[in-house]
Parts: sequence; C-alpha cells; structure tokens
Amino acid sequence: MKVVVCVKQTPSTTATFKVDGGVVSWDDSGSGKPNVVNPWDEYAIEEGILLKEKHGASDVFALNVGNDDSIDVLRTALAMGCTEAIHVNDPALAGADTLGTAKVLAAAIEKIGDVSIVVTGKQAIDGDTGMTPVQLARKLGWTPLTNVAAITEISGDSITVERLLESGRQVVTAVLPVVIGTVKEINDPRYPSFMGIRKANRATVPTWTASDLGINGVASKVDWSSVYAIPAREGSVEMITGDDAQEIAEALVDKLFEEKVI
Amino acid sequence: MSDIFVYVESQNGKIVPVSLETLGAARIVADELGEDVTAVVLGSDVTAVAEAAFDYGADNVLGCDDETLKEFRVEAYGPIVTQLVEDNDPSALLIGSSTAGRDVAAWVAADTEAGLMTEAVSLAVEDDRIKATRPVYAAKLLCDAVIPDSLQIITLRNRAFAPAEATGNTGDAEWIDPVVDEDDLTTKVTGFKAKEGGMSLTEATIIVSGGRGVGGPEGFEPIRQLAAVLNGAVGASRATVDAGWIPYEHQVGQTGKTVSPDLYIACGISGAIQHQAGMRTAKIIVAINKDAEAPIFSLAHYGIVADLFDILPALEEAFQERLG
Ligand SMILES: Cc1cc2nc3c(=O)[nH]c(=O)nc-3n(C[C@H](O)[C@H](O)[C@H](O)COP(=O)(O)OP(=O)(O)OC[C@H]3O[C@@H](n4cnc5c(N)ncnc54)[C@H](O)[C@@H]3O)c2cc1C
Ligand SMILES: Nc1ncnc2c1ncn2[C@@H]1O[C@H](COP(=O)(O)O)[C@@H](O)[C@H]1O
Repeated sequence: MKVVVCVKQTPSTTATFKVDGGVVSWDDSGSGKPNVVNPWDEYAIEEGILLKEKHGASDVFALNVGNDDSIDVLRTALAMGCTEAIHVNDPALAGADTLGTAKVLAAAIEKIGDVSIVVTGKQAIDGDTGMTPVQLARKLGWTPLTNVAAITEISGDSITVERLLESGRQVVTAVLPVVIGTVKEINDPRYPSFMGIRKANRATVPTWTASDLGINGVASKVDWSSVYAIPAREGSVEMITGDDAQEIAEALVDKLFEEKVI
Repeated sequence: MSDIFVYVESQNGKIVPVSLETLGAARIVADELGEDVTAVVLGSDVTAVAEAAFDYGADNVLGCDDETLKEFRVEAYGPIVTQLVEDNDPSALLIGSSTAGRDVAAWVAADTEAGLMTEAVSLAVEDDRIKATRPVYAAKLLCDAVIPDSLQIITLRNRAFAPAEATGNTGDAEWIDPVVDEDDLTTKVTGFKAKEGGMSLTEATIIVSGGRGVGGPEGFEPIRQLAAVLNGAVGASRATVDAGWIPYEHQVGQTGKTVSPDLYIACGISGAIQHQAGMRTAKIIVAINKDAEAPIFSLAHYGIVADLFDILPALEEAFQERLG
C-alpha cells in the first residue's frame, strides 16, 4: 500500500507582511525562518507515517508543488519519517489557483502510480482555502474524505474514518483509493529525530517539471491581484477601571449595552 | 436569464444560519445585477426547507429530495449540484462556508472547471462580475478577488453577512431525480456521535474565551458560566487545548476556528498573533488580563487589567441583573 502526503510551504505564523503594488512579501525577523511547513500539514505527515507504522503501508511519499526554497518542507517530512519525497518545481506552475494545484498534484500522484491513500492538511495558512483535498480527489476520480479526525480501520480495499462535523462525529466507510483531509485532532506530530535529520539531508529528492507531468501550465481562473493591508482600526483600547470588581463589571456592562452587542 | 444560485443547507428541516446569510447576500447581489435568486435545496424530507427558501427571498427553488441525501455525503450531493449548474448555467453559485458547503464548493468547481473564491467577508458588483473581499495571510492582509470569465463559485464566511428576512413569499419548487444511486456510492455512513450540548463557535454571536490564565481545566468554569448567562459559546487559546484543559473544538486561532462574533471576551489570553488570526474580525473585543502589557490590549476595544477570577463572577452577576 503506497501513501502520498501533500505538503505545502507557507509563510511562518509569526511572519510580517508587506505589499508593494499588489506583490506580497514577508519576513520573520523573530525566528529567522520566514517559510515553514504549513502547520496543518504536520498532521498529514504524521498520519502518513502512522499509516506505515500501524496499517502496514509500504511507502510514504511526501509531495510538494513549489519553488527552489520549498524543498525544505520535503526534508522535514523525510526527517519525520516519510520514506520518499517528490519535488514538483517549475516556474510554469507558479500562480496556480487551488484547481490548478489539484491538477498538478493529481498528475504527480498518477506518475508515482499505484497509490491507495493521499493525505492532505486541512488548509494552507496563507490562503486558508482548504479546497485542495476535494478538488484533488475529483481530478483523480477518487473518493474525498475531509475533516478526518481518526482513521479507525483499513481492511482489504475499505477504510473507516471519523469525520469532525459541526454537529458531531460522522463514521464513514469508503472504498480505496481515497483522498483524506486531516484535522488537528487526528494525532500529535512527532519531532524529527537527529538521525532522521541526517538521513533527510543526504537524501536525493527527484524534481519533476510541468513537462514531466504532461502539463502545459495552469492558468488561474481567479484574479486576486488586489491585495492590501487591513486598514488600521480606528481608536485605541478603552481601559475600564474602578474601585472594585463590581464597579468595573458594571461599567463594562454599560458599555456593552451601549455598543448593542448584548 | 442567468441566476444567482444559492446552495441552501438545512438541518432537521431548518435552514442553517450561514445559508440564511448567503440568501441575504445573494438577494442584494442579484438585485444589482438584475438577476434571479435560485435556491438549491438537497436532502431527505426537505419540502419544508424549499418553502422556507421562498419565504427567505428565493425567486425559484430547484432541489432533490431523496433517501440517498439523508446524511450529507459530498459524493451524493456534489453531482446533483453540478448537474443543476450545467443544466441552468447560473452566473454564480454562492455557498455558506460550513464543512458540507466547502466540500460542495470544491466538488462543483473541480467538475465544472469554475473559478472559486473562498471565505468572502463582503461582496460587491463591478462590471457585472462579483468582487469578493476576504482576509488572507492569517488575516493580516485583505484581498479583492474576481473571476473574470467562468462560473463564479463563492463561499461566504459565517456571520459576515446579514441574514435574509422572511418575506412571506411562496412558490413551487422544481424537483429532480438524484444523480447517483445508493449502490454506486462508495461511502457509507455507519455511525454518528452527536456533539453533546454547547453552541457552535462559528455561529455564536457572543464568545467568552479562556487562555492559560485560567490556570487549569476547572478554571474554565467561570468562563462557561458567563457564556451561559450571555447565551454564548466557549472559546479557548491553543495553550489550553494543548494542555488538555478543554477539547480542540473550542480552539480559536490560526490552527483552530476563525470566528466573527459580535462580542469576544478574551480572559487570560495574551493575544499571540496566531490567536488574533482567528478572532480579529469580532465586532467588539474585550480583554481581561493581569498584565497591562499583554498584546491582546492592542486589539481590544475594552480592556480590564485584573485577575479574571475576580472580574468574571462580578460580570456574571452584573449581566444577570441587567438581563433579568
Ligand atoms: C503553528 C502555530 C499555530 C498556532 N495556532 C494557534 C491557534 O490557532 N490559536 C491560539 O490561541 N494559539 C495558537 N498558537 C499558539 C500561540 O502562539 C500562543 O502560544 C497561544 O495563543 C498562547 O495562549 P495563551 O494566550 O492562553 O497563553 P499565554 O501566552 O501564556 O498567556 C496567558 C495570559 O494570561 C494572563 N493571565 C495569567 N493569569 C491570569 C489571571 N488570573 N487573570 C487574568 N489574566 C491572567 C497572562 O498575563 C498572559 O497574558 C499557535 C502557534 C504556532 C507556532
Ligand atoms: N503546492 C502544494 N504542494 C503540496 N500540497 C499542497 C499544495 N497546496 C495545497 N496542498 C495540500 O492541500 C491542503 C489544502 O490546501 P489549500 O486548499 O490550499 O488550503 C494543504 O494542507 C496541503 O496538504
């Protein structure tokens, strides 16, 4: 059983952003690491590795579509325990929308071949769209299972999962192959081991281009060129003070009734 | 004539709040474009939902009422919406951003090769196309997006739009047959564990939220009590979830839920940038924190520098008095 984990590189959660003529750039002076593994994808990587450890998967591929820099996320995935990595890197693929990305991921998964389960994160923290797992499943012609909080059983060609919905947990059995979108509840991602890091740094990661995948380019259907900083909030915080808790509480309650939010 | 399609989600025969908001937003956009609002109603036993869709301002209702749609499965729902879109060629499909709504949006966009804009917080009409504004990059930037040439599929963030109001209108829904038979569906729903009690965070108008300052699992008790008095929901910072003091479903922030309540009361939360990403669009933010330098105060509208265990009981009492 082959498993593929989709891993995106995103700005770090503490990055600060600049927009210049619609072009977004970022920096992270605090941590010095402006780009990281999309935090939601750490759960996808962990689940991929658990599929090997608990459910007998033979290979766990980490797959990234990105640029020269994004190979770092694949090294992290290898260091955590993925057995292989594929880096799709081609300027012709830059600027894709989620559907374009889904097509590229689908082509790469077909090229890997004979895959039973694809695991993705819930969403990427830069765009926060969370559309990739279902779109990828459609392009592969497989069954999508989103918001998966537990993989409870795999037997033969069937898989049982628990999905986290607004109203509760849905237990679903599906026929493989499937694309699984994970949520944070599913596991606790491990830290890469020292040995893992050494091995990952020495691993050769194949790079595939658009033409390797038989793709000519990915025109985005959405024009999102207008990006700008959020206008600063007017006014500053109003501190509520008083002689005791009761006086403070009453003063705040008055304010909140005035604001008509109660 | 082209239409604005609205995917209407229902639960136990009632339209869910985010779909009422989507109907409200669609009406405004459709009036500006001179188009109709067509509600798409899917489920099992949903005649009352179709009637409600007319009442909440839909000009037409298209739907499918079938046993295969009893439980939401995108595999069963997606192909029907795709077929309705292909048969009727609407200019846009608006969908409330719930778990099911997001699945449907992604499915239909992939199958019809449509453009997809997610998590819109406001909509405008420009040159006969819909401009959707949404926060990006952890809500640090805003983006205005348009889909110039294809079907425009747009998901709308919870509580960002005013809900449609009842009009008293009635009409006849048009029902179609399901697209996929039960035997051809590869997923089976074999169980459901309903969430016990508690209000959904994303739908709540008031959220009282606790951070590491609550000190332990029992520290959430005064938070819960205040939330109960205000008929609100309980939120939490990641630090408290990671510590196991409260389940993950309460987490607000970049790797938790994104919420926009009318009122967000942050108690013992420092206001890390990742927490802010999930709550900065709240209308009014109140911060209660011992540390006057906590970053949450730079975001808050009202601040109290004090021990939360002193303030919360007093607040509960003051609200109880006022609310009777
Ligand atoms: C990839 C990534 C993703 C993340 N995602 C999220 C996310 O989704 N949501 C999230 O919340 N965080 C997230 N974080 C974590 C975030 O960085 C902070 O660590 C976290 O928000 C801190 O939680 P806190 O405010 O409860 O705790 P602290 O930062 O420890 O703050 C506790 C506050 O309580 C105050 N306090 C203590 N005792 C009292 C008292 N008795 N009365 C009043 N005040 C008191 C203190 O002054 C302090 O300000 C993420 C981090 C990373 C790296
Ligand atoms: N460029 C990419 N390379 C690899 N995986 C990706 C890429 N973009 C998205 N994904 C996967 O799809 C998930 C959802 O992303 P999104 O739909 O962009 O929010 C992510 O958590 C990843 O697992």
